[in-house]
Amino acid sequence: MARASADRHKLLVTVVAWGVALAIFFPILWTVLTSFKTEAAAVAIPPQFLFFDWTTENYAEVWARTDYLHHFTNSVVISLGSSLMGLLVAIPAAWAMAFSPTRGTRGVLMWMLSTKMLPAVGVLVPIYLLCKRAGLLDTRTALVIVLMLSNLPIMVWMLFTYFKEIPRDILEAARMDGATLRYELLYILAPMALPGIASTLLLNVILAWNESFWTLNLTAASTGPLTAFIASFSAPEGLFYAKLSAASTLAIAPIVVLGWLSQKQLVRGLTFGAVK
Amino acid sequence: MTLKRRLLALGAGLASVFATHAGAVTLTIATVNNGDMIRMQKLADDFTRQHSDIELRWVTLEENLLRQRVTIDVATQGGQYDVVTVGNYEVPIWAAHDWLVPLEDLGEDFARDDLLPAISDSLSYDGKLYAAPFYAESALTMYRTDLFDRAGLAMPESPTWEFIRTAAESITDRDNGIYGICLRGKAGWGENMAFVSTLAHSWGARWFDMQWQPQLQSQRWQAAVAFYVDLLRKYGPPGASTNGFNENLALFQAGKCGIWIDASVAASFVSDPRQSSVADNVAFALFPARGDLQNRGNWLWAWSFVIPAASANVEAAKTFVAWATGKSYTQLVAAESGWADAPPGTRQSLYASAEYQQAAPFADIVLRAIEAANTRHPSEQAVPYVGGNFVSIAPYQGIGTVVGQQISAAVAGQLSTQRALANAQYIAEREMTRARYRD
Repeated sequence: MARASADRHKLLVTVVAWGVALAIFFPILWTVLTSFKTEAAAVAIPPQFLFFDWTTENYAEVWARTDYLHHFTNSVVISLGSSLMGLLVAIPAAWAMAFSPTRGTRGVLMWMLSTKMLPAVGVLVPIYLLCKRAGLLDTRTALVIVLMLSNLPIMVWMLFTYFKEIPRDILEAARMDGATLRYELLYILAPMALPGIASTLLLNVILAWNESFWTLNLTAASTGPLTAFIASFSAPEGLFYAKLSAASTLAIAPIVVLGWLSQKQLVRGLTFGAVK
Repeated sequence: MTLKRRLLALGAGLASVFATHAGAVTLTIATVNNGDMIRMQKLADDFTRQHSDIELRWVTLEENLLRQRVTIDVATQGGQYDVVTVGNYEVPIWAAHDWLVPLEDLGEDFARDDLLPAISDSLSYDGKLYAAPFYAESALTMYRTDLFDRAGLAMPESPTWEFIRTAAESITDRDNGIYGICLRGKAGWGENMAFVSTLAHSWGARWFDMQWQPQLQSQRWQAAVAFYVDLLRKYGPPGASTNGFNENLALFQAGKCGIWIDASVAASFVSDPRQSSVADNVAFALFPARGDLQNRGNWLWAWSFVIPAASANVEAAKTFVAWATGKSYTQLVAAESGWADAPPGTRQSLYASAEYQQAAPFADIVLRAIEAANTRHPSEQAVPYVGGNFVSIAPYQGIGTVVGQQISAAVAGQLSTQRALANAQYIAEREMTRARYRD
């Protein structure tokens, strides 16, 4: 009796889990399906699910109209560059806050997080003028710096949470054995917090890859990443859904593959310290 | 060859490469991504063949994003773009701020006298032309001849709103998914408010009096919006409050709408059998008027090229603009892509062309709609502004969008028309005071 009840519970949980997973995945599936339809089929009423004339003409047109590889390269450089540069700043900051806290540490952490609550558009004109004066408009450098700064609070918070789980005693033992600060950070702390650092890096690569406010407003013809690539395929007058879906599929494919390959690291990192 | 000679030869080669590069001008062109602009990009090889010293770099974006980006750049004198695509909404505002280069000397092929007067007038400020029109549109009534025949109706060439209502009622067949009328309901200054502004002007209403006092609670606005909301709620498709141009295009092409009143650019889409299931049963009439007013709202939009004053390459930019908007470009499109694809709405010579008339059966009615549009006197009442489907003042984008949200809520049944317009009036007064148009 108890076993039957447990089986029913397990089945219910499985069905609910699959239902939630499908609901989350459905927009991506629909985008991919639409990318293989004609523009007329993409807006057909009622919607066509699988039984339509499959075509790759949207991919051919998207490929012919824009330089995908150029945008892709910009996305890789900007997302990786801003995330790696962010780590260089966030690791020492989180280390200091986790292992040498002061009375103001909690306040500083909260203040850093509060900067994420400011709508980006509120500082668009000042940042634009700063970039103009520095000659950085339409450069990858500007985007790497701006995205690094905008994601820094999240990086510091994530790393701070991971570092707090590492026993202080290990670091103190290393210091007693004569470890320098550099040695302590690189050879003691970093290996122990590697899952956390990896998931922080990965999450920030994803955030930077998907960022579409600064990447659209600070670029022109040279450094537009894949967000600019997608934005060139929607139109207020005329049907564009199939081509837009093809462009979106091409834009999200690399990051979906990256997430798929590294999902174990990502889950491990995100749940690091969750269960004691 | 000795090493020294090889090095000299290499140096000379590199010097010539750098000399060529140093002489070349690179133009950064920001354009909206509609079909005509995409076609122009494909044909741009013709320009670079003629001007090997000018390279072109494109930034192609969706309309709202393009507007946001280029406005920041032009307003801050960023100088990122040499040529920008804008509409006749921006031109007088930007010209008044000295953000644009006047385009008085674009050469013989540009032939300013050939431009339709309504278009060149809408792109001028203080008598000077500040933008070169690429293509232009007004608004039309598109309808299904088969449904009209079945209902025993005949659409007049110049319909009234009263007739439109009667026809929509007769055609509506909800059981079979046929809706008498499809109109824009999605909130936005360029979405539902483009239509509602034109409708209100055709009813004799105006956005502001001569002291810039908003008039949204006037009797004419109340009557016009009540008519629109009632028409759409009774004879429109479900979810009409979220339908914009593209949603209505899809509905009309799928055979779900009896009448669709929208931008004239739609005429070519709904007549194209490759994308429209009703292409053989479509006809066109002018934008409706109310009773005897004979004011058809004065919808006019012209996608045009401007050169920002901060551009470092003004002369090369003028060369490009002259090529893209000149008479020869029309011939080039006709030769490469066919007359039906020629950019419409800007030149008298295009409408005088027998080939174009044959390829575009809606050409005459589009021309009549554009010629009739008077953006300086959009309403029968005196107005202090320019524009039929918009108001060409800087705060309008914000006001139009928020007012559009109120009217969209009325279409959705969330607000009464009176409440929506009372809210709209309050918002418009507040924003106009903030923008210092009134005390």
